[in-house]
Amino acid sequence: MKELGELNLPDDLRYAEDHEWVRLAGDKVVVGVSDYAQDRLGDITYVEIPQVGDAFKKGESCGTLESVKAVADLFIPLSGEILAVNDALAESPGLVNEDPYGEGWILEVKPLNAAELDELMDSDAYLLMLERLE
Amino acid sequence: MREFPGTTGLVFNEPLLWEKAKKGRCGMSLPRRDVDPAPLDDDLAGDAPDFPDLSEVDVVRHYTRLSQWNFAVDLGMYPLGSCTMKYNPKINEKLAAIPGFAGAHPLLPVEIAQGALRLMFELERFLTEITGLDAVSLQPAAGAQGELAGMLMIHAFHKSKGSHRTKIIVPDTAHGTNPASAALCGYVPVKVRSNDQGILSPEAVAAVTDEETAGIMITNPNTLGLFEENISQIARIVHEKGGLVYCDGANMNAVMGIVDAKKMGVDIQHLNLHKTFSTPHGAGGPGSGPVCVTEQLARFLPVPRIVQRNGQYAFSEEYPESIGKLHAFYGNFGVMIKAYSYILTMGPQLKRVSELAVLNANYVKEKLKSVLHLPHDRPCMHECVFSDRFQKDHKITTLDMVKRLMDYGFHPPTIYFPLVVEGAIMIEPTETESKEDLDLFIDAFKAVAKEAEQAPELLRQAPGRCKVKRLDETSAARHPCLSG
Repeated sequence: MKELGELNLPDDLRYAEDHEWVRLAGDKVVVGVSDYAQDRLGDITYVEIPQVGDAFKKGESCGTLESVKAVADLFIPLSGEILAVNDALAESPGLVNEDPYGEGWILEVKPLNAAELDELMDSDAYLLMLERLE
Repeated sequence: MREFPGTTGLVFNEPLLWEKAKKGRCGMSLPRRDVDPAPLDDDLAGDAPDFPDLSEVDVVRHYTRLSQWNFAVDLGMYPLGSCTMKYNPKINEKLAAIPGFAGAHPLLPVEIAQGALRLMFELERFLTEITGLDAVSLQPAAGAQGELAGMLMIHAFHKSKGSHRTKIIVPDTAHGTNPASAALCGYVPVKVRSNDQGILSPEAVAAVTDEETAGIMITNPNTLGLFEENISQIARIVHEKGGLVYCDGANMNAVMGIVDAKKMGVDIQHLNLHKTFSTPHGAGGPGSGPVCVTEQLARFLPVPRIVQRNGQYAFSEEYPESIGKLHAFYGNFGVMIKAYSYILTMGPQLKRVSELAVLNANYVKEKLKSVLHLPHDRPCMHECVFSDRFQKDHKITTLDMVKRLMDYGFHPPTIYFPLVVEGAIMIEPTETESKEDLDLFIDAFKAVAKEAEQAPELLRQAPGRCKVKRLDETSAARHPCLSG
């Protein structure tokens, strides 16, 4: 397991309390889980993702991540509709471990309310939260 | 000091049955065919199953060898938390093997199955005595089916009152099957968090209880091994809103003869005969999860029910409000015989069983808390929960420690459960371990904790003495090989 100082928490992302990250890309957002989440879960063996077109309210469980250690819910960090899902994760769930901010992305969401983005943390605030958590 | 049970020795390899097979070998002789051949419908024909050709001795040696690699409660301490892996006395097996029981066909007419019916009838009475509740069905095949029976009865109860409720409250320290059972019955499980003491506070329950609440499912003692001290108050809160209280009795081993479920406000409780009442389980073996209820819910119990009329025992289906049948015939009868045998063998000593189970867990807790982090440092019930926080500095996890424990000859405890404790190590020694064996287990765990500081790599590579070394769980999960 990584020390908090060893975590990769890019500055250009926003983070949710449940360890999802959000990247703004035009009028849509890309969602994945943070380096902290993948590290603490351990090797991920299965990712259950929603269907394109499904809609969720912020904080709702929209899928699960299964690792050798645990099964964790994936909570959607913004209300909205699923535009795309990362199909590669079905064959290669380990992408979430290897490249959580790149190849290991999980969802693309069309946000219902852009103001919700401002409620998410920047990397400094997220790290502070992790320090309190540990 | 006594030697640890784990040591090295000659361990035999054993190939897969398919690798041992040789075309044409056979382990049996089929009787001569005495009917004319008949053509098989094309829809039923196809490739034969891929069975290996083996002689009898091939098969016997294969499975005997596999059993030698195995670990069992007959071989040593098996401190698997929340599973109550106590020793199963052999008298249970002897009684279950009595030809009149073992050979009884479930379709025997009741007139010539009176002994079997009487045993079940009396076992039901014993379980009412042990729980304090009024009526029992022995049908559920395991704890989770007992839970489902309970949820169906809660639904039937509300329906009989003309109401339809949607929610079941489930604490975060409940067994994992609890929310699943509620959801399977169509309820929305509502999670309520335990407090900083590791138990439920009445305020937290009151905050989520309303007229939509069908009931609460509460595991007591909970999965932290702590007694829900506020149970009576919590039951009152739920009852005032018209809900029912379901108690998951999987942890009954801590409280037999000590608590009265009905007096605590419990309406329904299942018991795990295969845990508390010493019948073999694990590896998918048969279970039995009788469900016990108060008088007002008895009419909803599964049918058939066993009744006594004029000194004769019979099955009765005359319960129009029953939730129906849950299991073929009347549940797992063999398990019931063993539990009946255990209860009669122990008699009033069942209370002593619980006292010793609690004493043993507290002994382990006190002895190990200097080397393992104890999140809730207070008296526990029949199990205690540690975490790997002290070992984090050495980058050693719970998994590493318990793998190493195997080298010392002990079955690992339950790990990473309950989820409310990160890196949980859940130890349930049960009442059947002697002080000498507990001390040996404690010394082994202390030795592992010391190695975590001084030789952490040893733990990461563990187990080193087992037939199979550290498994690649990731590959096994990502690319499972499901054929022979």
